[in-house]
Amino acid sequence: MKKIALAIAALALTSGLAAAQTVRLGTEGAYPPYNFVNDKGEVDGFERELGDELCKRAGLTCEWVTNEWDSIIPNLTSGNYDAIIAGMSITPERDQVIDFTQDYYPPTASAYVGLSADANIKGTVAAQVSTIQAAYVPTTGATLAEYATPEETIAAVKSGEADVVLADYDYLAPIVAESGGELVFVGERVPLGGGVGMGFRESDKELKQKFDDGITAMKADGSLNALLAKWFPENPPKY
Amino acid sequence: MFSFCADPKSLEGIAWFACYLTSGKHLYFYVSIGTVLLLLAITVPVALAFGFAGAMAARSHFAPLSILGRIYISAVRGVPDIIFFLFVPIALDQAFEWVRHKTKCPDWTEPIRRGADFVVCPQAKLPLSSSPQWVHETYGFFLAVLAFAIVFGAFSANVLYGAMQAIPKAQTETAEAYGMTRRQVFRRIVVPQMWVYALPGLSNLWMILVKATPLLFLLGIEDIVYWAKQLGGSKRSIESEYPHGDWRLAYFLVLLVFYLGMTKLSEGVFGRLYRRLSHGQATMAGEEQRRGRA
Repeated sequence: MKKIALAIAALALTSGLAAAQTVRLGTEGAYPPYNFVNDKGEVDGFERELGDELCKRAGLTCEWVTNEWDSIIPNLTSGNYDAIIAGMSITPERDQVIDFTQDYYPPTASAYVGLSADANIKGTVAAQVSTIQAAYVPTTGATLAEYATPEETIAAVKSGEADVVLADYDYLAPIVAESGGELVFVGERVPLGGGVGMGFRESDKELKQKFDDGITAMKADGSLNALLAKWFPENPPKY
Repeated sequence: MFSFCADPKSLEGIAWFACYLTSGKHLYFYVSIGTVLLLLAITVPVALAFGFAGAMAARSHFAPLSILGRIYISAVRGVPDIIFFLFVPIALDQAFEWVRHKTKCPDWTEPIRRGADFVVCPQAKLPLSSSPQWVHETYGFFLAVLAFAIVFGAFSANVLYGAMQAIPKAQTETAEAYGMTRRQVFRRIVVPQMWVYALPGLSNLWMILVKATPLLFLLGIEDIVYWAKQLGGSKRSIESEYPHGDWRLAYFLVLLVFYLGMTKLSEGVFGRLYRRLSHGQATMAGEEQRRGRA
């Protein structure tokens, strides 16, 4: 009896240790195809598959958490989750507060979308709050209209609240394709940001290294390219 | 949910909607209504307790306690809710973790604050990172109740304070003349009668509290407004087996009905409460009741 109790205690202890390796991944859950909540109510998308694969390779148990975009960095630094994997572009400003892995999505162009090809990109431009696009718009002399979610930026253009929306090209491309001609790209693409990477607390170098190694490996064996081709079929980027 | 939902693309009309409205995501939406109601049910008594304590403290003849009560009432009421909800739960969480860190990991030498980071030893994390998701959610829920109770406690403290002062002076003096102590006067005369004066203010607070639940998402709790936004947003075939356009208007209309329903229900309940509490009171409503009966 004592032995059994001991064994159970030992098991509980070791499983506790193993489970201590649980890594909580924070995402927005509203930025398809990077991350979104699927019909079952679970986090899904390119980053879900990528994150799960990286966790598997690093031998970690991962748990997905959704958090509002606005407070996604403060909640990381205060320890509510351990990593951000939310289509977040690597920028010098963000890099001062958190640490980024190498990019798992190459630096891409942002693009303007409006109701007609001659829409005014110097007029009112919709962008999601706290994004590289929202930081860029005022430098062009246009008026910035900020929205909490990417969905709302599109709605603003459709309703005429804004002349155009500025967002990642890859987010916009399928929306334009499925809009049946209502939405069109306007003007040239704008190169912004340093690619998309995972964000970690600056004090968490070890964990960051694990994921960084995983991304290196996935780039080397082509599995990252396969994932990119699956989730961005229109114009898959390649490493 | 239903067996014919296996291939949503082949469905049309009512069958499509039957499957769509019973998808896992919609079930979360329905459950979140329960979450909101549960939160309200727990928050109201806790907030009233905070309010009662605050009002009693403010009325106290012991100066430090009275000052403390007054500071609580005025400071918390003055802070915008959204700031309060961003700041207080994170501060509470960090305070709990700091205490646990000090007791559980005394030999930890590295600093807790590192630049923007707040790092405690893994054993002190609350909840532990290894805890299942429901523990995290329950903990978030607990923080939300606490934050709501502190805010709404301050407002209701002010209402209750006013209500206590509204008890006719003649009554308390009479009670004292009968030889009751201050404490007895408070318990036997003030508390039983003050509710009728507090009720209009409290019903206001209740209505505001009902509408304040979308603030929950700041704390990571997914309430009905969060799910309505999630479900209503346009869906493309890559995200969902039920692609559709921007249906947020429809979902928000459902929310409208829900909130108006809550309002109607509350009005009914408060109306009955008011009638009952007015019974035998030296107020206009109480007087009318007395005349009506005579």
